[in-house]
Amino acid sequence: MQRTLRKYWAVFTLPTLVCFILAFFIPFIMGFGLSFAKFTTIVDAKFVGFSNYIKAFSGDASFLSALGRSLIFTAACVVLINLFGFTLALLLTRKMRGTNVFRTIFFMPNLIGGIVLGYIWQLIFNGVLAKFNQTLTTDGKYGIIGLIILMCWQMTGYMMVIYIAGLQNVSPDLIEAAQIDGASAWQTLIHVKIPMVMPSITICMFMTLANSFKLFDQNLALTNGAPDDTSALVALDIFKTFYSRTGYEGVGQAKAVIFTIIVAVIAFVQLHATREKEVEN
Amino acid sequence: MVRQNKTANRIITIILILLSCVFILPILIVLMNSFKGKLFISDQPFVFPTFFKRDLGEAGIQPKTFVGGKNYASGIEKIHFWSAFGRSVFITVFAVLIIVLFTAMTAWFITRVKGHYSSSLYYLFVFSMVIPFQMVMFPMTKVANVLHLDNPIGILVLYLGFGAGMSVFMFSGFVKGIPIDIEEAATIDGCNPMQCFFKVVFPVMKPTIITVAILNTMWVWNDYLMPYLVMGKDYPTIPVAIQYLQGGYGSIDMGAMMAMLILAIIPIVVFYAFCQKYIIEGVVAGAVKG
Repeated sequence: MQRTLRKYWAVFTLPTLVCFILAFFIPFIMGFGLSFAKFTTIVDAKFVGFSNYIKAFSGDASFLSALGRSLIFTAACVVLINLFGFTLALLLTRKMRGTNVFRTIFFMPNLIGGIVLGYIWQLIFNGVLAKFNQTLTTDGKYGIIGLIILMCWQMTGYMMVIYIAGLQNVSPDLIEAAQIDGASAWQTLIHVKIPMVMPSITICMFMTLANSFKLFDQNLALTNGAPDDTSALVALDIFKTFYSRTGYEGVGQAKAVIFTIIVAVIAFVQLHATREKEVEN
Repeated sequence: MVRQNKTANRIITIILILLSCVFILPILIVLMNSFKGKLFISDQPFVFPTFFKRDLGEAGIQPKTFVGGKNYASGIEKIHFWSAFGRSVFITVFAVLIIVLFTAMTAWFITRVKGHYSSSLYYLFVFSMVIPFQMVMFPMTKVANVLHLDNPIGILVLYLGFGAGMSVFMFSGFVKGIPIDIEEAATIDGCNPMQCFFKVVFPVMKPTIITVAILNTMWVWNDYLMPYLVMGKDYPTIPVAIQYLQGGYGSIDMGAMMAMLILAIIPIVVFYAFCQKYIIEGVVAGAVKG
Protein backbone atom coordinates (compact mmCIF):
# COMPACT_ATOMS: atom_id res chain seq x y z
CA MET A 1 0.00 0.00 0.00
CA GLN A 2 2.89 2.34 0.82
CA ARG A 3 4.08 2.18 -2.75
CA THR A 4 0.75 3.15 -4.33
CA LEU A 5 0.17 5.84 -1.73
CA ARG A 6 3.62 7.31 -2.39
CA LYS A 7 2.52 8.12 -5.98
CA TYR A 8 -0.27 10.25 -4.55
CA TRP A 9 2.12 12.44 -2.54
CA ALA A 10 1.10 15.59 -4.41
CA VAL A 11 -2.61 15.19 -3.74
CA PHE A 12 -2.15 14.45 -0.08
CA THR A 13 0.63 16.81 0.95
CA LEU A 14 0.93 19.61 -1.60
CA PRO A 15 -2.08 21.79 -0.62
CA THR A 16 -0.96 21.94 3.01
CA LEU A 17 2.72 22.23 2.13
CA VAL A 18 2.29 25.09 -0.36
CA CYS A 19 0.20 27.10 2.11
CA PHE A 20 2.65 26.30 4.88
CA ILE A 21 5.59 27.53 2.80
CA LEU A 22 3.79 30.75 1.85
CA ALA A 23 2.32 31.56 5.26
CA PHE A 24 5.06 30.30 7.53
CA PHE A 25 8.29 29.10 6.02
CA ILE A 26 9.16 32.00 3.68
CA PRO A 27 8.09 34.66 6.22
CA PHE A 28 10.10 32.88 8.92
CA ILE A 29 13.31 32.86 6.86
CA MET A 30 12.70 36.45 5.74
CA GLY A 31 12.01 37.52 9.29
CA PHE A 32 15.23 36.01 10.52
CA GLY A 33 17.20 37.68 7.75
CA LEU A 34 15.50 41.04 8.21
CA SER A 35 16.46 41.13 11.87
CA PHE A 36 19.98 41.93 10.58
CA ALA A 37 18.79 44.65 8.21
CA LYS A 38 17.47 48.18 8.15
CA PHE A 39 14.31 48.48 6.08
CA THR A 40 10.89 50.03 5.81
CA THR A 41 9.37 48.05 2.94
CA ILE A 42 11.64 44.95 2.73
CA VAL A 43 12.68 45.82 -0.85
CA ASP A 44 15.01 48.50 0.54
CA ALA A 45 16.62 46.21 3.12
CA LYS A 46 20.28 46.95 3.89
CA PHE A 47 22.49 44.67 5.93
CA VAL A 48 23.46 46.24 9.25
CA GLY A 49 24.82 43.31 11.24
CA PHE A 50 23.85 43.09 14.86
CA SER A 51 22.97 46.76 15.31
CA ASN A 52 19.20 46.00 15.54
CA TYR A 53 19.85 43.64 18.44
CA ILE A 54 22.02 46.22 20.17
CA LYS A 55 19.35 48.88 19.64
CA ALA A 56 16.68 46.55 20.99
CA PHE A 57 18.42 46.49 24.36
CA SER A 58 19.89 49.98 24.46
CA GLY A 59 18.58 53.11 22.77
CA ASP A 60 15.20 53.05 24.42
CA ALA A 61 14.63 50.81 27.38
CA SER A 62 11.09 49.89 26.34
CA PHE A 63 11.97 46.30 25.45
CA LEU A 64 13.75 45.43 28.68
CA SER A 65 11.07 47.00 30.84
CA ALA A 66 8.35 45.25 28.82
CA LEU A 67 10.21 41.96 29.33
CA GLY A 68 10.38 42.63 33.05
CA ARG A 69 6.67 43.41 33.21
CA SER A 70 5.86 40.27 31.22
CA LEU A 71 7.95 38.25 33.66
CA ILE A 72 6.06 39.53 36.72
CA PHE A 73 2.72 39.29 34.91
CA THR A 74 3.39 35.72 33.76
CA ALA A 75 4.52 34.58 37.20
CA ALA A 76 1.38 36.03 38.80
CA CYS A 77 -0.87 34.44 36.18
CA VAL A 78 0.73 30.99 36.42
CA VAL A 79 0.38 30.89 40.22
CA LEU A 80 -3.10 32.39 40.53
CA ILE A 81 -4.78 30.69 37.58
CA ASN A 82 -3.52 27.24 38.55
CA LEU A 83 -4.41 27.75 42.19
CA PHE A 84 -7.97 28.83 41.34
CA GLY A 85 -8.37 26.25 38.59
CA PHE A 86 -7.22 23.38 40.77
CA THR A 87 -9.35 24.47 43.73
CA LEU A 88 -12.45 24.70 41.54
CA ALA A 89 -11.67 21.30 40.03
CA LEU A 90 -11.44 19.78 43.53
CA LEU A 91 -14.80 21.28 44.48
CA LEU A 92 -16.44 20.14 41.26
CA THR A 93 -15.24 16.54 41.49
CA ARG A 94 -17.11 16.01 44.76
CA LYS A 95 -20.34 14.14 44.26
CA MET A 96 -22.75 17.06 44.18
CA ARG A 97 -25.68 18.19 42.15
CA GLY A 98 -25.23 20.92 39.57
CA THR A 99 -21.52 20.44 38.92
CA ASN A 100 -22.10 20.42 35.17
CA VAL A 101 -23.84 23.78 35.26
CA PHE A 102 -20.97 25.32 37.25
CA ARG A 103 -18.39 23.81 34.90
CA THR A 104 -20.23 25.29 31.91
CA ILE A 105 -20.32 28.75 33.47
CA PHE A 106 -16.71 28.82 34.63
CA PHE A 107 -15.45 27.69 31.23
CA MET A 108 -17.43 30.18 29.17
CA PRO A 109 -15.17 33.30 29.34
CA ASN A 110 -12.47 31.25 27.66
CA LEU A 111 -14.41 31.27 24.37
CA ILE A 112 -14.63 35.05 24.10
CA GLY A 113 -11.94 36.71 22.02
CA GLY A 114 -9.21 38.86 23.54
CA ILE A 115 -10.34 42.15 22.01
CA VAL A 116 -13.90 41.78 23.31
CA LEU A 117 -12.63 40.69 26.75
CA GLY A 118 -10.35 43.71 26.92
CA TYR A 119 -13.21 46.16 26.32
CA ILE A 120 -15.54 44.39 28.74
CA TRP A 121 -13.01 44.77 31.54
CA GLN A 122 -12.05 48.28 30.53
CA LEU A 123 -15.60 49.30 31.39
CA ILE A 124 -15.56 47.46 34.72
CA PHE A 125 -12.15 48.70 35.88
CA ASN A 126 -12.81 52.27 34.85
CA GLY A 127 -16.12 52.13 36.70
CA VAL A 128 -14.42 50.93 39.90
CA LEU A 129 -11.46 53.30 39.62
CA ALA A 130 -13.80 56.25 38.97
CA LYS A 131 -14.87 55.96 42.61
CA PHE A 132 -11.28 56.94 43.52
CA ASN A 133 -11.03 59.60 40.80
CA GLN A 134 -8.65 57.46 38.76
CA THR A 135 -8.79 55.68 35.42
CA LEU A 136 -7.07 52.60 34.05
CA THR A 137 -4.60 54.80 32.23
CA THR A 138 -3.55 56.89 35.25
CA ASP A 139 -0.84 54.41 36.18
CA GLY A 140 0.73 51.49 34.34
CA LYS A 141 0.27 49.34 37.45
CA TYR A 142 -3.50 49.45 37.04
CA GLY A 143 -3.23 48.11 33.49
CA ILE A 144 -1.05 45.18 34.57
CA ILE A 145 -3.13 44.30 37.63
CA GLY A 146 -6.23 44.60 35.46
CA LEU A 147 -4.72 42.18 32.94
CA ILE A 148 -3.95 39.69 35.70
CA ILE A 149 -7.57 39.81 36.89
CA LEU A 150 -8.79 39.50 33.31
CA MET A 151 -6.56 36.48 32.66
CA CYS A 152 -7.73 34.79 35.85
CA TRP A 153 -11.32 35.32 34.76
CA GLN A 154 -10.61 33.97 31.30
CA MET A 155 -8.31 31.03 31.93
CA THR A 156 -9.33 29.62 35.31
CA GLY A 157 -12.17 27.68 33.70
CA TYR A 158 -9.87 26.30 31.01
CA MET A 159 -7.35 24.95 33.53
CA MET A 160 -10.24 23.74 35.69
CA VAL A 161 -11.57 21.41 32.97
CA ILE A 162 -8.10 19.94 32.43
CA TYR A 163 -7.68 19.37 36.18
CA ILE A 164 -11.16 17.84 36.38
CA ALA A 165 -10.21 15.37 33.63
CA GLY A 166 -7.03 14.55 35.55
CA LEU A 167 -8.78 14.12 38.90
CA GLN A 168 -11.45 11.89 37.36
CA ASN A 169 -8.70 9.54 36.21
CA VAL A 170 -7.45 9.01 39.76
CA SER A 171 -8.63 5.55 40.74
CA PRO A 172 -11.30 5.67 43.48
CA ASP A 173 -9.71 2.55 45.01
CA LEU A 174 -6.58 4.53 45.74
CA ILE A 175 -8.51 7.23 47.57
CA GLU A 176 -10.58 4.68 49.42
CA ALA A 177 -7.44 2.83 50.47
CA ALA A 178 -6.00 6.07 51.84
CA GLN A 179 -9.20 6.74 53.77
CA ILE A 180 -9.24 3.24 55.25
CA ASP A 181 -5.66 3.81 56.36
CA GLY A 182 -7.01 6.82 58.23
CA ALA A 183 -5.77 9.64 55.99
CA SER A 184 -7.56 12.96 56.45
CA ALA A 185 -8.99 14.83 53.46
CA TRP A 186 -5.93 17.08 53.47
CA GLN A 187 -3.50 14.14 53.59
CA THR A 188 -5.38 12.41 50.75
CA LEU A 189 -5.04 15.58 48.69
CA ILE A 190 -1.33 16.06 49.33
CA HIS A 191 -0.19 12.44 49.20
CA VAL A 192 -2.60 10.84 46.72
CA LYS A 193 -4.47 13.28 44.49
CA ILE A 194 -1.71 15.81 43.72
CA PRO A 195 0.96 13.21 42.87
CA MET A 196 -1.56 11.40 40.66
CA VAL A 197 -2.47 14.52 38.67
CA MET A 198 1.12 15.73 38.25
CA PRO A 199 0.93 15.33 34.43
CA SER A 200 -2.11 17.68 34.35
CA ILE A 201 -0.30 20.15 36.58
CA THR A 202 2.68 20.19 34.21
CA ILE A 203 0.43 20.76 31.20
CA CYS A 204 -1.53 23.54 32.89
CA MET A 205 1.57 25.31 34.18
CA PHE A 206 3.08 25.48 30.72
CA MET A 207 -0.18 26.45 29.03
CA THR A 208 -0.70 29.39 31.38
CA LEU A 209 2.99 30.26 31.09
CA ALA A 210 2.96 30.34 27.28
CA ASN A 211 -0.43 32.06 27.00
CA SER A 212 0.46 34.79 29.49
CA PHE A 213 3.88 35.42 28.02
CA LYS A 214 2.49 35.69 24.48
CA LEU A 215 -0.55 37.77 25.50
CA PHE A 216 -1.40 40.49 22.98
CA ASP A 217 -5.08 41.11 22.16
CA GLN A 218 -6.21 41.73 25.73
CA ASN A 219 -3.29 44.08 26.34
CA LEU A 220 -4.11 46.05 23.19
CA ALA A 221 -7.80 46.42 23.99
CA LEU A 222 -7.53 47.09 27.74
CA THR A 223 -4.95 49.90 27.79
CA ASN A 224 -2.91 49.74 24.58
CA GLY A 225 0.11 50.26 26.83
CA ALA A 226 -1.10 53.58 28.23
CA PRO A 227 0.18 55.64 29.96
CA ASP A 228 3.40 55.93 27.95
CA ASP A 229 3.72 52.20 27.33
CA THR A 230 4.09 51.50 31.05
CA SER A 231 1.44 48.78 30.81
CA ALA A 232 2.75 47.20 27.59
CA LEU A 233 3.84 43.56 27.67
CA VAL A 234 6.49 42.13 25.30
CA ALA A 235 4.18 41.21 22.41
CA LEU A 236 2.62 44.67 22.38
CA ASP A 237 6.03 46.32 22.61
CA ILE A 238 7.18 44.38 19.53
CA PHE A 239 4.01 45.33 17.65
CA LYS A 240 4.48 49.00 18.49
CA THR A 241 8.14 48.97 17.49
CA PHE A 242 7.09 47.65 14.08
CA TYR A 243 4.08 49.77 13.35
CA SER A 244 4.25 53.02 15.31
CA ARG A 245 7.86 54.02 14.69
CA THR A 246 9.20 54.40 11.18
CA GLY A 247 12.78 53.27 10.75
CA TYR A 248 12.47 50.79 13.62
CA GLU A 249 11.11 47.82 11.63
CA GLY A 250 14.46 46.04 11.84
CA VAL A 251 14.61 46.57 15.59
CA GLY A 252 11.09 45.19 15.86
CA GLN A 253 12.13 42.10 13.92
CA ALA A 254 15.19 41.65 16.15
CA LYS A 255 12.95 41.87 19.22
CA ALA A 256 10.65 39.29 17.61
CA VAL A 257 13.60 36.92 17.15
CA ILE A 258 14.56 37.26 20.82
CA PHE A 259 10.93 36.74 21.81
CA THR A 260 10.79 33.62 19.62
CA ILE A 261 13.93 32.21 21.23
CA ILE A 262 12.45 32.67 24.72
CA VAL A 263 9.17 31.03 23.67
CA ALA A 264 11.07 28.15 22.02
CA VAL A 265 13.15 27.58 25.16
CA ILE A 266 9.96 27.43 27.26
CA ALA A 267 8.48 24.89 24.81
CA PHE A 268 11.67 22.82 24.89
CA VAL A 269 11.70 22.71 28.69
CA GLN A 270 8.03 21.71 28.59
CA LEU A 271 8.74 18.85 26.18
CA HIS A 272 11.53 17.68 28.46
CA ALA A 273 9.32 17.88 31.55
CA THR A 274 6.43 15.95 29.99
CA ARG A 275 8.76 13.29 28.55
CA GLU A 276 10.29 12.68 31.97
CA LYS A 277 6.84 12.22 33.48
CA GLU A 278 5.97 9.68 30.80
CA VAL A 279 9.02 7.60 31.69
CA GLU A 280 8.05 7.59 35.34
CA ASN A 281 4.61 6.25 34.54
CA MET B 1 -19.89 11.42 58.35
CA VAL B 2 -22.69 11.53 55.80
CA ARG B 3 -24.41 14.44 57.52
CA GLN B 4 -21.13 16.35 57.73
CA ASN B 5 -20.68 15.84 53.99
CA LYS B 6 -24.15 17.17 53.33
CA THR B 7 -23.57 20.43 55.18
CA ALA B 8 -20.18 20.79 53.55
CA ASN B 9 -21.71 20.26 50.12
CA ARG B 10 -24.39 22.82 50.86
CA ILE B 11 -21.80 25.44 51.81
CA ILE B 12 -19.71 24.64 48.75
CA THR B 13 -22.77 24.92 46.51
CA ILE B 14 -23.50 28.38 47.91
CA ILE B 15 -19.89 29.45 47.32
CA LEU B 16 -20.02 28.11 43.77
CA ILE B 17 -23.28 29.93 43.06
CA LEU B 18 -21.73 33.20 44.26
CA LEU B 19 -18.65 32.55 42.13
CA SER B 20 -20.81 31.82 39.09
CA CYS B 21 -22.43 35.21 39.57
CA VAL B 22 -18.97 36.83 39.66
CA PHE B 23 -18.14 35.05 36.41
CA ILE B 24 -21.27 36.17 34.60
CA LEU B 25 -21.50 39.65 36.12
CA PRO B 26 -19.06 41.45 33.77
CA ILE B 27 -21.12 40.38 30.75
CA LEU B 28 -24.39 41.34 32.44
CA ILE B 29 -22.96 44.78 33.25
CA VAL B 30 -22.05 45.29 29.59
CA LEU B 31 -25.53 44.10 28.59
CA MET B 32 -27.16 46.56 31.00
CA ASN B 33 -25.02 49.44 29.75
CA SER B 34 -25.80 48.63 26.14
CA PHE B 35 -29.30 50.01 26.78
CA LYS B 36 -28.09 53.25 28.34
CA GLY B 37 -27.40 56.55 26.60
CA LYS B 38 -23.75 56.86 25.63
CA LEU B 39 -23.08 59.73 28.05
CA PHE B 40 -24.23 57.74 31.07
CA ILE B 41 -21.95 54.73 30.64
CA SER B 42 -18.33 55.60 31.52
CA ASP B 43 -19.17 57.55 34.69
CA GLN B 44 -21.57 55.10 36.26
CA PRO B 45 -21.39 51.66 34.67
CA PHE B 46 -22.90 49.98 37.73
CA VAL B 47 -26.12 52.00 37.76
CA PHE B 48 -29.28 50.58 36.20
CA PRO B 49 -30.82 52.49 33.31
CA THR B 50 -33.64 54.78 34.40
CA PHE B 51 -36.86 54.75 32.42
CA PHE B 52 -38.28 58.15 33.45
CA LYS B 53 -37.02 61.63 33.98
CA ARG B 54 -37.44 62.41 37.65
CA ASP B 55 -37.18 65.55 39.67
CA LEU B 56 -35.21 64.75 42.81
CA GLY B 57 -35.72 68.20 44.30
CA GLU B 58 -32.47 69.59 45.66
CA ALA B 59 -30.40 66.74 44.21
CA GLY B 60 -31.30 67.99 40.75
CA ILE B 61 -33.03 66.26 37.92
CA GLN B 62 -32.39 62.60 37.25
CA PRO B 63 -32.37 62.10 33.49
CA LYS B 64 -33.88 59.20 31.61
CA THR B 65 -30.94 57.03 30.62
CA PHE B 66 -32.72 54.12 28.90
CA VAL B 67 -32.42 54.38 25.12
CA GLY B 68 -33.82 51.04 23.97
CA GLY B 69 -32.12 49.62 20.89
CA LYS B 70 -30.60 52.91 19.77
CA ASN B 71 -27.01 51.88 20.59
CA TYR B 72 -27.48 48.68 18.64
CA ALA B 73 -28.77 50.54 15.60
CA SER B 74 -25.97 53.11 15.62
CA GLY B 75 -23.27 50.51 16.31
CA ILE B 76 -24.45 48.24 13.51
CA GLU B 77 -24.38 51.18 11.14
CA LYS B 78 -21.00 52.53 12.29
CA ILE B 79 -18.97 49.36 11.95
CA HIS B 80 -21.17 47.71 9.27
CA PHE B 81 -21.71 44.91 11.72
CA TRP B 82 -23.60 42.55 9.46
CA SER B 83 -20.96 42.52 6.75
CA ALA B 84 -18.24 42.01 9.39
CA PHE B 85 -20.34 39.20 10.84
CA GLY B 86 -20.83 37.56 7.44
CA ARG B 87 -17.13 37.87 6.73
CA SER B 88 -16.18 36.32 10.08
CA VAL B 89 -18.58 33.42 9.49
CA PHE B 90 -17.29 32.87 5.94
CA ILE B 91 -13.63 32.92 6.94
CA THR B 92 -14.13 30.73 10.01
CA VAL B 93 -16.24 28.09 8.25
CA PHE B 94 -14.04 27.73 5.19
CA ALA B 95 -10.73 28.04 7.03
CA VAL B 96 -11.77 25.27 9.43
CA LEU B 97 -13.07 23.08 6.57
CA ILE B 98 -9.86 23.28 4.55
CA ILE B 99 -7.65 22.95 7.62
CA VAL B 100 -9.46 19.77 8.71
CA LEU B 101 -9.55 18.23 5.23
CA PHE B 102 -6.03 18.99 4.03
CA THR B 103 -4.15 18.50 7.29
CA ALA B 104 -5.91 15.17 7.85
CA MET B 105 -4.77 14.05 4.38
CA THR B 106 -1.24 15.26 5.01
CA ALA B 107 -1.07 13.64 8.43
CA TRP B 108 -2.24 10.29 7.08
CA PHE B 109 0.31 10.40 4.26
CA ILE B 110 3.31 11.31 6.40
CA THR B 111 2.40 8.73 9.04
CA ARG B 112 1.87 5.86 6.59
CA VAL B 113 4.61 6.56 4.04
CA LYS B 114 8.00 6.36 5.72
CA GLY B 115 10.94 8.31 4.35
CA HIS B 116 12.92 11.53 4.48
CA TYR B 117 10.14 13.54 2.86
CA SER B 118 7.59 12.53 5.49
CA SER B 119 9.84 12.93 8.48
CA SER B 120 11.16 16.33 7.40
CA LEU B 121 7.58 17.54 6.86
CA TYR B 122 6.61 16.26 10.28
CA TYR B 123 9.46 18.05 12.04
CA LEU B 124 8.83 21.27 10.11
CA PHE B 125 5.20 21.27 11.20
CA VAL B 126 6.06 20.55 14.82
CA PHE B 127 8.69 23.30 14.73
CA SER B 128 6.14 25.82 13.44
CA MET B 129 3.89 25.18 16.44
CA VAL B 130 6.47 26.76 18.72
CA ILE B 131 7.00 29.96 16.73
CA PRO B 132 4.94 32.95 17.91
CA PHE B 133 3.04 35.00 15.34
CA GLN B 134 5.15 38.13 16.00
CA MET B 135 8.14 36.41 14.40
CA VAL B 136 6.50 36.15 10.99
CA MET B 137 3.84 38.86 11.04
CA PHE B 138 5.71 41.56 9.16
CA PRO B 139 7.08 39.44 6.28
CA MET B 140 3.84 37.46 6.10
CA THR B 141 1.86 40.65 5.55
CA LYS B 142 4.20 41.58 2.70
CA VAL B 143 3.95 38.13 1.12
CA ALA B 144 0.16 38.34 1.38
CA ASN B 145 0.16 41.74 -0.32
CA VAL B 146 2.41 40.68 -3.17
CA LEU B 147 0.41 37.49 -3.84
CA HIS B 148 -2.97 39.26 -3.43
CA LEU B 149 -3.95 37.13 -0.49
CA ASP B 150 -5.22 40.24 1.30
CA ASN B 151 -8.93 39.35 0.98
CA PRO B 152 -11.32 36.93 2.68
CA ILE B 153 -10.52 34.14 0.22
CA GLY B 154 -6.77 34.64 0.18
CA ILE B 155 -6.52 34.70 3.96
CA LEU B 156 -7.79 31.10 3.97
CA VAL B 157 -4.42 30.12 2.49
CA LEU B 158 -2.65 31.83 5.38
CA TYR B 159 -4.89 30.16 7.96
CA LEU B 160 -4.23 26.73 6.46
CA GLY B 161 -0.51 27.43 6.39
CA PHE B 162 -0.30 28.81 9.89
CA GLY B 163 -2.74 26.33 11.41
CA ALA B 164 -1.12 23.32 9.74
CA GLY B 165 1.41 22.69 12.52
CA MET B 166 -0.95 21.92 15.36
CA SER B 167 -3.55 20.15 13.22
CA VAL B 168 -1.09 17.86 11.42
CA PHE B 169 0.50 17.06 14.77
CA MET B 170 -2.83 16.09 16.34
CA PHE B 171 -4.00 14.02 13.35
CA SER B 172 -0.63 12.24 13.13
CA GLY B 173 -0.86 11.27 16.77
CA PHE B 174 -4.27 9.74 16.08
CA VAL B 175 -3.31 7.93 12.88
CA LYS B 176 -0.37 6.24 14.66
CA GLY B 177 -2.97 4.62 16.92
CA ILE B 178 -5.26 3.15 14.25
CA PRO B 179 -4.38 -0.35 13.02
CA ILE B 180 -3.19 -0.44 9.43
CA ASP B 181 -5.08 -3.71 8.77
CA ILE B 182 -8.35 -2.03 7.76
CA GLU B 183 -6.59 0.14 5.22
CA GLU B 184 -4.74 -2.87 3.79
CA ALA B 185 -7.98 -4.81 3.54
CA ALA B 186 -9.57 -1.90 1.68
CA THR B 187 -6.60 -1.77 -0.70
CA ILE B 188 -6.86 -5.50 -1.40
CA ASP B 189 -10.57 -5.00 -2.11
CA GLY B 190 -9.52 -2.58 -4.85
CA CYS B 191 -9.65 0.85 -3.22
CA ASN B 192 -7.18 3.39 -4.51
CA PRO B 193 -5.55 5.64 -1.85
CA MET B 194 -8.16 8.39 -2.33
CA GLN B 195 -11.06 5.99 -1.79
CA CYS B 196 -9.22 4.35 1.06
CA PHE B 197 -8.74 7.70 2.77
CA PHE B 198 -12.25 9.06 2.32
CA LYS B 199 -14.18 5.82 2.86
CA VAL B 200 -12.09 4.20 5.59
CA VAL B 201 -9.62 6.53 7.32
CA PHE B 202 -11.48 9.85 7.42
CA PRO B 203 -14.62 8.43 9.11
CA VAL B 204 -12.47 6.71 11.75
CA MET B 205 -10.78 10.04 12.52
CA LYS B 206 -14.06 11.59 13.69
CA PRO B 207 -13.13 12.27 17.34
CA THR B 208 -9.91 14.04 16.35
CA ILE B 209 -11.71 15.89 13.55
CA ILE B 210 -14.09 17.34 16.15
CA THR B 211 -11.20 18.37 18.40
CA VAL B 212 -9.20 19.96 15.59
CA ALA B 213 -12.28 21.71 14.20
CA ILE B 214 -13.20 23.19 17.59
CA LEU B 215 -9.70 24.40 18.44
CA ASN B 216 -9.36 26.01 15.01
CA THR B 217 -12.83 27.57 15.16
CA MET B 218 -11.96 29.24 18.47
CA TRP B 219 -8.68 30.49 17.04
CA VAL B 220 -9.93 31.80 13.68
CA TRP B 221 -13.15 33.36 14.99
CA ASN B 222 -11.37 35.32 17.72
CA ASP B 223 -8.18 36.06 15.79
CA TYR B 224 -7.42 39.76 15.61
CA LEU B 225 -3.85 40.34 14.49
CA MET B 226 -3.73 38.36 11.25
CA PRO B 227 -6.95 39.75 9.69
CA TYR B 228 -6.02 43.24 10.91
CA LEU B 229 -2.55 43.17 9.35
CA VAL B 230 -3.48 41.31 6.18
CA MET B 231 -6.90 42.77 5.27
CA GLY B 232 -7.13 45.80 7.55
CA LYS B 233 -9.89 48.32 6.93
CA ASP B 234 -10.94 46.84 3.59
CA TYR B 235 -12.35 43.61 4.98
CA PRO B 236 -12.75 43.88 8.76
CA THR B 237 -13.81 40.80 10.73
CA ILE B 238 -15.75 41.28 13.99
CA PRO B 239 -12.73 41.75 16.32
CA VAL B 240 -11.10 44.14 13.83
CA ALA B 241 -14.33 46.14 13.40
CA ILE B 242 -14.68 46.48 17.18
CA GLN B 243 -11.10 47.67 17.50
CA TYR B 244 -11.75 50.28 14.79
CA LEU B 245 -14.73 51.54 16.77
CA GLN B 246 -12.24 52.49 19.47
CA GLY B 247 -9.55 53.89 17.22
CA GLY B 248 -11.20 55.44 14.24
CA TYR B 249 -13.87 57.84 15.37
CA GLY B 250 -12.20 60.34 17.65
CA SER B 251 -13.93 60.13 20.99
CA ILE B 252 -15.26 56.65 21.49
CA ASP B 253 -19.02 56.03 21.35
CA MET B 254 -19.45 53.94 24.50
CA GLY B 255 -23.07 53.10 23.70
CA ALA B 256 -22.24 51.59 20.33
CA MET B 257 -19.24 49.83 21.86
CA MET B 258 -21.36 48.13 24.55
CA ALA B 259 -23.94 47.04 21.98
CA MET B 260 -21.31 45.64 19.62
CA LEU B 261 -19.60 43.72 22.45
CA ILE B 262 -22.93 42.05 23.18
CA LEU B 263 -23.51 41.24 19.50
CA ALA B 264 -20.01 39.78 19.33
CA ILE B 265 -20.66 37.55 22.34
CA ILE B 266 -24.09 36.23 21.25
CA PRO B 267 -22.83 33.91 18.45
CA ILE B 268 -20.25 32.44 20.83
CA VAL B 269 -22.86 31.77 23.52
CA VAL B 270 -25.19 30.14 20.97
CA PHE B 271 -22.37 27.98 19.59
CA TYR B 272 -21.38 27.04 23.14
CA ALA B 273 -24.96 26.17 24.09
CA PHE B 274 -25.23 23.69 21.23
CA CYS B 275 -21.77 22.08 21.28
CA GLN B 276 -20.81 22.51 24.93
CA LYS B 277 -19.89 18.86 25.45
CA TYR B 278 -17.73 18.68 22.34
CA ILE B 279 -16.04 21.99 23.08
CA ILE B 280 -14.94 21.05 26.59
CA GLU B 281 -13.88 17.55 25.52
CA GLY B 282 -12.08 18.94 22.50
CA VAL B 283 -10.21 21.52 24.52
CA VAL B 284 -9.10 18.94 27.09
CA ALA B 285 -7.98 16.53 24.36
CA GLY B 286 -6.14 19.34 22.58
CA ALA B 287 -4.31 20.38 25.72
CA VAL B 288 -3.35 16.87 26.75
CA LYS B 289 -2.08 15.84 23.30
CA GLY B 290 -0.75 19.16 22.08
